[in-house]
Amino acid sequence: MEQTMATVTASPIANRRWPEEGWTRVPFWVYTDPDIYQRELETFFYGPTWNYVALECEIPERGSYKRSWIGERQVVVVRGENDAIHVWENRCAHRGARVCWKNKGKEESFTCPYHQWNYALDGSLQGVPLKRGVLKKGGMPSDFDNSQHGLRPLLMHVEGGSIWASFSDDPLPFAEYCGEDVIANIRRQFPGKKLTLLGYNRQLIPGNWKLYFENLKDPYHATLLHSFLITFGLWRADTQSESIPGDSGHSVMVSRNVGKTKTDAAVEIARFKDGLELHDSDTVTPRPEFDDGKVIAITHFPSVVIHQQANTFGMRHVIPKGTESFELAWTFFGYEDDDEEMTRLRVRHANLYGPAGFVAMEDGEVLSESQLGAHHYGHRAAVVEMGGRDVEKQDHMVTEVLIRSFYKHYREMMKL
Amino acid sequence: MKERISPMTKPVSRDAKFIALEHEVRSLYDEVADLLDEDEVERFPSYFIDDCMYQVVSRENYAEGLPQAAIYCDGINMVRDRVIALRETQVYVPRIWRHFISGIRITAISEGDIHIRANFIVTEAMSDADPTVFLVGQYLDVLVREGESLKFRQRLAVLDNHHVRRSLIVPV
Repeated sequence: MEQTMATVTASPIANRRWPEEGWTRVPFWVYTDPDIYQRELETFFYGPTWNYVALECEIPERGSYKRSWIGERQVVVVRGENDAIHVWENRCAHRGARVCWKNKGKEESFTCPYHQWNYALDGSLQGVPLKRGVLKKGGMPSDFDNSQHGLRPLLMHVEGGSIWASFSDDPLPFAEYCGEDVIANIRRQFPGKKLTLLGYNRQLIPGNWKLYFENLKDPYHATLLHSFLITFGLWRADTQSESIPGDSGHSVMVSRNVGKTKTDAAVEIARFKDGLELHDSDTVTPRPEFDDGKVIAITHFPSVVIHQQANTFGMRHVIPKGTESFELAWTFFGYEDDDEEMTRLRVRHANLYGPAGFVAMEDGEVLSESQLGAHHYGHRAAVVEMGGRDVEKQDHMVTEVLIRSFYKHYREMMKL
Repeated sequence: MKERISPMTKPVSRDAKFIALEHEVRSLYDEVADLLDEDEVERFPSYFIDDCMYQVVSRENYAEGLPQAAIYCDGINMVRDRVIALRETQVYVPRIWRHFISGIRITAISEGDIHIRANFIVTEAMSDADPTVFLVGQYLDVLVREGESLKFRQRLAVLDNHHVRRSLIVPV
């Protein structure tokens, strides 16, 4: 790493003391302080973590590429020779200009438009125009070595068709970084079957990027805020569920699709709408798919939330854009062996998600409002005591245990 | 799965009948924009035939031929359900949207399908802030005549936006 973690994390952040209560409190300055944000980028995104960057099905052929992000740095994910996948920084080794100017495409090699330095698919420097000068004048020094001036490559890992990268030269092995529960649930959804790309949605949410992870570590809100989920039994407190804190800031939320059933608990949930019927019930009627009957949301810190809800699958790539904004890039996909009816259902059920999702739309709203509530309130702290004050796994969803567990990890890594 | 109807461009003769049709189409677009701006979304489904397609879709999905859309309605029931969800279940901060539609062009008339292309801008004003440009894009529509009126067989609102800022609450 060019900038070592040690130099960054040693620098003090003035006047920042975590509340005495510990992980049951979240001081609002974590969402607004630019110094904290810079340290987060260095510690998490550019540090010894694994970051989601793409799906294999997005770059199907030799030379296919996709631009992606890790933190605020843009990278390019390329399929090279012999099906090898490469991830490199999208900045020319010469003057730093972006080399790749399109979001997706297919190339034989990459040429920086500025001075036409040419790079192979793996990012190695192949050619420098006028390297030997013109008419015996100019040119690079005779000892200029192309092999020392390639595009900065990242470590890469493929897990069942999902592609991950790390700026660190020495991260934990991917499975170890995930931890037992998270890797098991990733492999459940990515068993090695080929994937099919169904499309994208991109949102810019005016809130701190961590709020998104917290939202998906908060099953408690889902059963209160999202009446669409509650009414149609897609996610409800009175179902068999689990809240599982993971290693490295990850977590898993488990529930079950139970359909539109009225129970005593359901009646207590204010937004359960017994009288509500849809004209097209397909939208809320999943076809059974997993033998365990579960629906699962994995937060894989710091880069992605992976969802399986009804018959929709999505990668929700979290791309921070300063303290007060993040891009949420949704990639929807299915399996290559899905029949036409399953594809139809996956696309329909994705109406729950994205910027106009029957469910996700509300998250965009509350996260934006939360950020406004953090603004100029660094001296106050959020309270996260639902489900007790500990950080152990719980077999229900009326809990904020996953947020507490996350901030335990966060404080250790951030030295706060 | 139902495919999007590809836009068609064909020479048209600009006779009196065509000019009357242009006028009728312009009125229809103004009427639909007006009902959305005036928060009368309950009327929105009545502008579609039963076997319709309505999508608000990013340009990247549209250009790559990917089926996913931010709002995906295959058939009028899904359009009706968007209205139900908006009115009955969805929680959002109130604001005002306004449609500005320009450059409406009938690009082809083929076997009863009237292919239309138009530009739109939708502005958004939160109750404590000034309006901003929220969405910019292109309608790629197919109208058909049902009885006396023109109705959408397809309405695609293809967004130039790379992002939707915050959330997309009402139809476009």
